[in-house]
Amino acid sequence: MAKLDTGKISNVSKQGVENRDCSIGEILRQRGVSRRDFMKFCSVMTAAMSLPATFAPKVAQALDKVKRPTLVWLELQSCTGDTEALLRSANPTVGEIVLEILSVDYHETIMAAAGHQAEAALDKVIVEEKGKYICVVEGSVSMKNGGIYASTGGKSHLDRVRQVCGGALATIAVGTCASYGGIGAAAPNPTGAAGVREAVPGATIINLPGCPVNADNLTATIVHYLVFSKLPALDSYGRPLFAYGKRIHDNCERRPHFDAGQYVEQWGDDRHRRGFCLYKMGCKGPATFHNCPTQRYNEKTSWPIGAGHPCAGCSEPNFWDTMSPMYKRLPNVPGFGIEATADKVGVALVAGAAAAFAVHGTLNAIRKDKEPSDKGKEE
Amino acid sequence: MAKIVVDPITRIEGHLRIEAEVSGGRITDAWSAATMFRGIEKILTGRDPRDAWFWTQRFCGVCTTVHSIASVRAVENALKIRIPPNAELIRNIIIGIQNVQDHVIHFYHLHALDWVDITSGLNADPAKTAALAASISDWPHNSPTYFKGVQDKVKAFVASGRLGPFANAYWGHPAYKLPPEANLMATAHYLEALEWQKDVIKIHAILGSKNPHPQTFLVGGMAIPVDPDSQNALNADKLIEIKRLLKRAQEFVEKVYIPDLLAVASFYKEWAGIGAGVGNYLSYGEFPDASGNMWLPAGAIINKDISKVMPADQDKIAEFVDHSWYDNSKGAGKGLHPWDGESEVHYTGPNPPYEHLDTDKKYSFCKTPRYGEKPMEVGPLARVLVAYAAGHKETKAAVDMVLQKLGVGAGALFSTLGRTAARGIDCLLIAQQTPKYLDELIGNISKGDYRTHNNEKWDPSDWPKEALGYGWHEAPRGALGHWIRIKDQKIANYQAVVPSTWNSSPRDARGVRGPYESALVGTPVADQNKPLEILRTIHSFDPCMACAVHLVDSTGSELLKIKVT
Repeated sequence: MAKLDTGKISNVSKQGVENRDCSIGEILRQRGVSRRDFMKFCSVMTAAMSLPATFAPKVAQALDKVKRPTLVWLELQSCTGDTEALLRSANPTVGEIVLEILSVDYHETIMAAAGHQAEAALDKVIVEEKGKYICVVEGSVSMKNGGIYASTGGKSHLDRVRQVCGGALATIAVGTCASYGGIGAAAPNPTGAAGVREAVPGATIINLPGCPVNADNLTATIVHYLVFSKLPALDSYGRPLFAYGKRIHDNCERRPHFDAGQYVEQWGDDRHRRGFCLYKMGCKGPATFHNCPTQRYNEKTSWPIGAGHPCAGCSEPNFWDTMSPMYKRLPNVPGFGIEATADKVGVALVAGAAAAFAVHGTLNAIRKDKEPSDKGKEE
Repeated sequence: MAKIVVDPITRIEGHLRIEAEVSGGRITDAWSAATMFRGIEKILTGRDPRDAWFWTQRFCGVCTTVHSIASVRAVENALKIRIPPNAELIRNIIIGIQNVQDHVIHFYHLHALDWVDITSGLNADPAKTAALAASISDWPHNSPTYFKGVQDKVKAFVASGRLGPFANAYWGHPAYKLPPEANLMATAHYLEALEWQKDVIKIHAILGSKNPHPQTFLVGGMAIPVDPDSQNALNADKLIEIKRLLKRAQEFVEKVYIPDLLAVASFYKEWAGIGAGVGNYLSYGEFPDASGNMWLPAGAIINKDISKVMPADQDKIAEFVDHSWYDNSKGAGKGLHPWDGESEVHYTGPNPPYEHLDTDKKYSFCKTPRYGEKPMEVGPLARVLVAYAAGHKETKAAVDMVLQKLGVGAGALFSTLGRTAARGIDCLLIAQQTPKYLDELIGNISKGDYRTHNNEKWDPSDWPKEALGYGWHEAPRGALGHWIRIKDQKIANYQAVVPSTWNSSPRDARGVRGPYESALVGTPVADQNKPLEILRTIHSFDPCMACAVHLVDSTGSELLKIKVT
């Protein structure tokens, strides 16, 4: 039990001894969350996990039994965009996550303690909760020269991530940087930036790429674990199938325009205003696996293609190199069937480019490739 | 003499370490060190300049729009592209709500716990708290039931025995001065602001597809189309939703943030005499109108002299690396203009794990920008001071209101408290100004102007062989500049000089301290094991360290210097 410096609240803490092991459902009720709201939350989570609606009562039943798990959040070579995404989370809100669902014992951006008191909170979890805590990692791990390019509290991030993830029940890599190295790993990768899987071989790691992560997918992953007591099924890139099992292109609201050969030709033209397909403007939806079209962002307000800008492919490994230039269309997208998988599409569209981009010197040569023909396939 | 270390400085963006010497209960010297490096600018070399906004946006996910704005402005400046009025207005709305939301998050979620002792609020009387709240604002939520509900929630949380992110803090520290009722009020608004921030930022989702990292910026304008007769464009439905959210933003700032700020500040007036810093201020100006004139003026103030505002001149900017982990082939003590940058990362600090940095030598990944060789503070205080000194009407009225309510003179602005108050003033002004840009946009659409993008130079084959440009932006944390050199349709050199680079910079070649370091000198420290006061002054700057640290390209030769206006 965490100690306070002040005696002011000792009475309250004493009462709390009985409450400490309450389930999430019980705690939510104590905090005045109605059964109705609790069930609503469960339904949203059920949908986010791509489960049939009939599962909602089972989710509720499971949450009624599980205790608040401990979570620590490490920020490494990050931009804090994934933390900001967490702050925009609506179902549950960040307030509910922090106060009611999890015990977030370490998170540099939100925690009150600083300096060695902050580090002590992390050390305590590593020792006392060994094998039981969830670790979330945001940002890439700098591997080059023994990890000298990133440190906190005088310790290298490389050492920290190995220690913290090594002792965790499971690690969730949020965002493309923590998953695959992200922008820091783009050629020429000045700091040897890598994803957590590469930095901590052998650890149990779930990747939730995206730039930033969609917070709904993060909360759904945690709830998935709490409900089923097992981690979700992953694709070959370590991504949960419930969120990354389908191609953007196959769920895109603009897909009928693609099939009909109706494309935006110029920013702000009549077709752009009418919501035609952005393929010719460089859209990477045909090569990207993510649930953006259905889950959307900011409480389902919008998403890139919906707002008129091409998908950048941000949930794909190495997209910074393989999917750029951003406004260059993908070569030869055939009419893939809906059964396309990340592996097949990856091979067809980006693997060749990835191999070439691995050598920085060839970058410009590739970019000078002739564009595929614009003409011929109009409305 | 004791040297204390605070690492990590929490409740900021990124990785910052402070080392400080304390003597007689006060800080006598301080060093600010950025401890994380990525090198994104180096990665940009050879890529498409039209993509640069998307890459540089990833400098930071907190100030998630600012590098996109500075980047598209830099490329548009280099290629001499004028963007349509609607695109400028959409950008102004995006910039406006970014500032407002960011400042509120900073006050409640990053800075408040330096002044507010949450645990003290558990002993508050909810009825008295409601009376206190009613005495400063007519915000409708402030009822005894509301405060009782919050108090019960916090009590239950504490009772769980697991304090999560609130464990191990400096609760009960003698420097906390608020009565229990004020602490409870602020705690309630901490939680309420969490809800508010995720709502109002939906404006970015409507105009930019999502937040963080909105994705509708384009060199030449914006990718969000405007068409009141389409369901796939900015139409009446979406415009009215933005209007509602802007109103919600403004109301919260006027009725919650500003009254709370003034109430908290009134208990901490001694902080108007602490944390002054370097006394030089720089602002680039912001919110361009259709003819490019700025609503908030650009300018520089030297040595706290607000009787005159100098023009902001990009020629005077240079970066030094004498205490930064980079090499400089021009030799020690030489500063380089951003267009001439040529440094290379070279870590010479101690191998981790380490106890102390060698602060006599190089000790940060942050470089040292100087303006005419002077260290400059940037941010809301600089923005407000420059506007105030330049006679900006709305700023003058807001500053005078705050000074009068606190019963202090203009000299109080040069302090930790002044910096925190200026952020509130800045937020209020922008919250009141942004709806005007929406009204103007609606007016344009009514007249049949749907343009959001200028296509003339979209095709790189229409570009000159070589072009130089820069883009300035007043980000929430202050003066941000991107400098770009385009050659053969590719990025040949890219450099960002970022607000937190100015503020968190280590010493220059002559040993002159950066703004954080300078502001810490003289700050009292009651308990060296719990240096709450260091957090107060550092947080008053709102550090953003992922932004602050970057690396320029090392491949560029001496650049042709072209004046671009």
